[in-house]
Formats: sequence, C-alpha cells, structure tokens
Amino acid sequence: MMLVWRMLMFLAALFPAAAVSQEATVHYGNGPVQFLLRSTTDNTIIRPVIERFAELNPQLAITFEQWGSNALFAQSRADCQEGSVPADAILSSAVQQMVWLVNAACAHPHRSPAALALPPSRRWRDELWGITTEPAVIVYNKQLLDGAEVPRSRFALLDALRAKPGLYRGRIATYDIAASGLGYLFAYSDSLEATTFGALLESFARVNAVATCCSAEIIAGVAEGRFLIAYNVLGSYVANASAPQVGTILPEDYTLVLSRAYMIPKTARQKNVAAELLDFLLSPEAQELLAKAGLVTEIDAIDSGLSPSARRSIPLAPSLLVALDGNRRALLLEFWSDAFGRSDGP
Amino acid sequence: MAEPRPPLTLATRVLGAVLMILLLGGLLVSGSAWRNGQQAARQAYDRILLGAANDIAESVRIQAGVPIADLPVSAFQLLAQAPEDRIYYAVHGPGQMFITGVDPGTEIHAPEPGTDGPGYFDAALNGEPARFVRVTRRFAERDFSGPVEVVVGQTLRARKAMTADLMLDALWPMAAAGLALMVIAWAVIRTALRPLGAITEDLARRDPYDLTPIATGRLPRELQVVLGAMNRFMGRLDGQVEVMRNLISDTAHQLRTPVAAIRVQAETAVAEPDAAARHRALDRLLARTRSLGSLLDQLLSRALVVHRTDSAPRLPVDLREVALEIMERNDHALLAPGSDLRLEIGEEPVMVRADAFSLGEAAGNLLGNALRHGTPPVAIGAKRRGGDAILWVRDAGPGPAPAVLAQLGSRFNRDAATQESSSGIGLSIVNSVAAAFGGRVEMARKEGGFCAALVLPAEGGAP
Repeated sequence: MMLVWRMLMFLAALFPAAAVSQEATVHYGNGPVQFLLRSTTDNTIIRPVIERFAELNPQLAITFEQWGSNALFAQSRADCQEGSVPADAILSSAVQQMVWLVNAACAHPHRSPAALALPPSRRWRDELWGITTEPAVIVYNKQLLDGAEVPRSRFALLDALRAKPGLYRGRIATYDIAASGLGYLFAYSDSLEATTFGALLESFARVNAVATCCSAEIIAGVAEGRFLIAYNVLGSYVANASAPQVGTILPEDYTLVLSRAYMIPKTARQKNVAAELLDFLLSPEAQELLAKAGLVTEIDAIDSGLSPSARRSIPLAPSLLVALDGNRRALLLEFWSDAFGRSDGP
Repeated sequence: MAEPRPPLTLATRVLGAVLMILLLGGLLVSGSAWRNGQQAARQAYDRILLGAANDIAESVRIQAGVPIADLPVSAFQLLAQAPEDRIYYAVHGPGQMFITGVDPGTEIHAPEPGTDGPGYFDAALNGEPARFVRVTRRFAERDFSGPVEVVVGQTLRARKAMTADLMLDALWPMAAAGLALMVIAWAVIRTALRPLGAITEDLARRDPYDLTPIATGRLPRELQVVLGAMNRFMGRLDGQVEVMRNLISDTAHQLRTPVAAIRVQAETAVAEPDAAARHRALDRLLARTRSLGSLLDQLLSRALVVHRTDSAPRLPVDLREVALEIMERNDHALLAPGSDLRLEIGEEPVMVRADAFSLGEAAGNLLGNALRHGTPPVAIGAKRRGGDAILWVRDAGPGPAPAVLAQLGSRFNRDAATQESSSGIGLSIVNSVAAAFGGRVEMARKEGGFCAALVLPAEGGAP
C-alpha cells in the first residue's frame, strides 16, 4: 500500500494544479521588448548576471520569475501545449524535468559556436544546455568537527558513522528525496554510481539522520551546529550562505556535478533574445559572474585533490528520463523509506 | 532575345554525352547506396530498439499482484547510442492498463499487434517521425496473469545520420572514380580528335587559292575517306581552273597571229589600187577567215572535251559505234572532198567506259589529221587487243617527220599553230581524252602507212 500511496504522491507532484504560481518576480530594464525568464535559481544569486544582460540589451524589459521546480515543470508542460503567457527561456536545476520537456518536443533548437563548444554531457539535441557547474558536496561544521576527522569520501563517512554512532546520532542531515526534487536527483544519481548508496542509507538510518527539505535549512543547521555533517548539498548554496563556520568537501570517491539546464520553449515569443541570453550566459564574462555567484565551480582548479575521473557530471541525456519514471521513483522512495523506516521502529 | 548559340564542338558534345552517362550512373548508384545505407541503419537501430525493449520487459516484475517496471538505465544507455534522438517508452498491462511510461499523455498510433515476435512500426512521436518496437511479455504468476506490453520508440535522427554517412562513404570513392573517368575520357577524346583539330587548323590557315591535296598520312581511316574525297574534289577543281587558264592562254596565243594576219591582209586589200591584185588579196583574206573559223571550232571543241571528261558520267560505249558515227557524219567530205574513207570494224563489240561525245571528238580529230596531212586512202576502225580497246585511223602516207612526231600531242604546237588549220590542237584533244579515260595515244609508222590510235582499257576484261 505504501507503494501505491507513493505513486499517487508522485503523480500529484507531476501534475500539480496550474494555480501554483511563481515564488518571486523581479523586473530588469524597461525597454519595449518584453522578455520572460523562468528559473528555479534564487533571484538574489543570479541577479548580477541578469543585470549585466539587461545592461547590454537596453531594449529589453526582462521579467525574472523564480519558481519551484515542480511548479515550473507543470507550467512548462502546460505551455508546451497552449501557453497564454509562455516563458521565453527556462533555467532549471531539475535537469531531469528539462530533459523530459525536450524529449516531449517542447524546445526550440539553437546553434551557435558557444553552445556547440559545450561538452556533450552538457548539451542535448541543441535544445538543452548546461549553463552552470555545481558540485554536490558534503558540508560540515568546522568548529565542531576537527579537520582530521572530516570524512573526505563516502567510505570515510561510512567508517565514521560506524565508529562513532553516538557522536553523529541525529546530527547528520540530507535532503528528503520525497520532498526535494534536487535531493531525489542526487539520490537517483548516487544509486547509479555506486553500491555505497545502500550502505550509506542504512548508516544514515542507524544514526537517525535527518531528512529535510531545503538547502537553506540544512546549511543553517550545520552553521548553528545542530548538524555536524550534511550530505549531498548543492555547493552553490553553501557558497552563498556566507557561513564561515561551514566547511565544504568534494567527496574524493566521486563528486556529482550538476549543470543547470537552459531551454528555449518552442512557444517562446522572443526566441532570438533567448538565444542571445544563452550565448551571453556561456560567454566568459557571464561565466565569471556566475563563478562569483558560486554557480560555476572550477573543480579542477581548487585544491581539493579531486581527480578528474572522480568528477561525475549529471549528463543532459535521455537516460535522465529514468529519474522521472513513476515506477522507478516509487521503488527508490520505497527503498529510502524502508531504510529510514526500519530505524524508526524499535 | 536569345542569341543563337554557336554550334558545339565535337569534343564538347562527346564530353557532354560522357558526363551525362556518368551523372546518370552516379544517380543510380547514389539511389542504391542510399537504399542500402537506409536498410543498414534501420537494421542496426532496430536491434538497439529491440534490445532496450527487451531490457525493459525483463525488468517488469509482479509486486503484490501489480506489475511494476524497475526501469533499467542500461536500456536507456542502449538507446543513447542515438544520442540526439528523442525517446518514447510505455509499459502497459492487460486492458491497456498504464504501468509506466515517459508520458501517459503522449499518444502513439500503433497498428494492431500482429503475430508473435517483436513488432516494429513507424509512427509520429510528438510530430516527429519515429520508429517503434512492441514487445509483449506474458506473466503467469499466482497473483497476476496476462500480457505486459512494452513499446519503445525513438526518433530517426541517428538513423538518418547513419544513412547519410554510409551513403557518403560509398559515394566518395564513386565520385573519385567518376572524376577519374571524366579526366580519362577527356584525355582520350582529346587524343582521338587531335587529327581533326589539326585538319581544321590546316583548313583555316589555308590560302583560298591553294588547291593542293591535304596530307592524309597517319590519320584515322574515316578521316582518310573524308579527306580523300575532299582532295579529289580539290583536284578536280584544280584541273578545271588549270583548264580554264590553259584555254584562255591557248586561245589568246592561237588567235593573236591569225587575227593580226587578217588585219594586215585587210589593210593590204584596202590599200591595193589594182583591182586584180585586190581581188587576190581578198581571196587570201577569205581563206584566212575560214581557217580562223575552224581553229575556233577546234578550240571550243577541246574546251568542251576537257570539261566533259571531268564532269560527264562515264557510260559503256562501243568504239565501233563511235567509228561508225564519224563515218556517217561525213565531215571528211568537207575537209577532203572526194577522198576515199574506209571503215574496218569487226563483229564483236569493243566496249569502253567513257563519254561518247569526247570519244567522238577525239576520233574526229584523228581522222581530220589523217585527211589533212596523210595520204589517201584513209581507214578508220575499232578493235580489241588483249585488255585494250583501240580506236584507230590509218593513212597510206609516211606520217609526220620523227622530230615532229616527238612533239606531237603537247598542248599546242607552235609550228602547227602558225598554220591556221593546225593539227596540234586536234592531237591535244586526243591526248586529253586518252588521259581522262586512263588510256594513251599510239602513233606508229607501219607497213602500208601511218597509224594513229586511241588506246583505252577495255570494259568487261579480257575476251
């Protein structure tokens, strides 16, 4: 019965009421040409980049709408059929949903040297492009956890949890994958990458890890010392949290790297502007601005000791459709709740 | 206002034809290569599709009486062999119960499932042509029994790209070969047509009055035939021109002296006071005028003969008839009244291939000479001797002096020309006729007289 319930929940998430609307709306520029950008990215983070683009294109009146990923997905699906006010461009961190939209022929293709220069894992069908590079990291409280004790890989984390279950009990945090699309995507990718996933889940369950919904809450918890370690947090949120006591680790066994996906809906009214915005976002200037905003991390450059082979990009490819599959999601959620549920018992 | 295009050169035409043939062949080969490539791509990607569908079908399991698909990523990695293609997948239970799929809202117009085995079909996927496969897995579990149908589809980008690649791979060598053939054909045609070009250039450079033959050595046989005909034509033209020139020059030469003499005699007659002497002078004037008339006749006759030998068709002629006609024309009565003329012909026809009129003129001249200069009796006849047909005239006299004999037959005889009734022109007519019909003139002193004969090759071979 659990499974059916989960499936129903998923379907509800997949087809939310169209009434669900954006979380915030910001306007840039006041030119004659209306341009609507919908994104899951926090406006405060991406503001410098959009401001610069508005500055370069004074003819535009850019409306930036910040959405929750599932609501944005539902809205975009509806727009794909017949949209009253379709977005001119979409930038979302829920890349599996973007892949789904492209697979459903909702996207408009665009070819430019900058777009074609992207590696294959960050480009699909010339309709979907990965703009950012954001690692999924382990964060820890620097004051409470000695540098030597900090686990630098999943194996080290497993060992630490096994060695000192008392220390970590109730002080490990991760996303609730049922509530967070991003958390689900990371969990799904973990489940593909390595067998450590199952062991990790069991360990989390054994120490009564906390599964919660939001990046901000997790990072704040770590900063306050409520959590010692948080697993699979998006690096860009940590960078923007301005919490000096929060340390970041790129797991050395492998680090997932997410690229926020940019798409031009086929119903867009300003396809040319959207294409210009894409080329701008991929330009060195914008990439630098994005790097300052924490959305582009030069992983190879930082002194993480992370080998190139440990870097696992979440590719913009049709295999991400599996992440959205109802059965598959139900099974993963079942596995997740089984692991956590067992420990909740006695 | 389309300007008339200049006619194409032979080389251009042939090259154009070769190009057309190569293009046509290229089109056929391209079509075939495209078809092959399409089939290869279809087979390759159909297998991938089937593999993915089987993977998915394999992943379906029954959990609490409900089929559930634990979607294998490997199936999608298989499908990612066509990295740019959109994907469709759906798993349905009995009665079209939706188990899982990329989007329950996407409708695929699938044909009715056929017999066992994988069913491939073409349909549109979100408005783009796509290829699908349907695999059915039958369950017979305690809590679930029935077919589970897996449909997997993919758009055609990778297939098209592979088709194009295969076709190009096949066509590059073909194109190179075609180009090579073209170059070879060009070289061959150039080589083959080079003699023609040389002739064209030769003709273009040639002086319009230059009627000398064009060299035909080392030329292809067809061209030799053409050039041979042209050379013959030019030869004839050259002959005609030569004849004209000779005629004018002869006429001028032959006429100048008698006309001058006539003028002198006429002046003498006018100035002569004595009636008897004037009468004598007038008589001489009359005789001179007559002989001038006959000279003119001969000149014209010769011109006519030379012209006819070049242009009149050659027909079988019996030399006996020629001799007979001369006899019957009875011209000799005018030249030598009362002379004795005999005809000696046999029973057998003496056939040659020639122009009867020219032969008649030649025979008339021979006879005229014999009557004028020879000694009666004069005989004319025709006979066959081996492969020769002979038309002869004989008189009883000794014939001309050997020195004169040696000179006879040249175009004109200066000595003879000074006499108004010349024999030189007559003999030159005979010579021309003999030369025109491949024969010769024979003059011989024989027992009982002098014999002049026109010897021609007999028609119909040896008797």
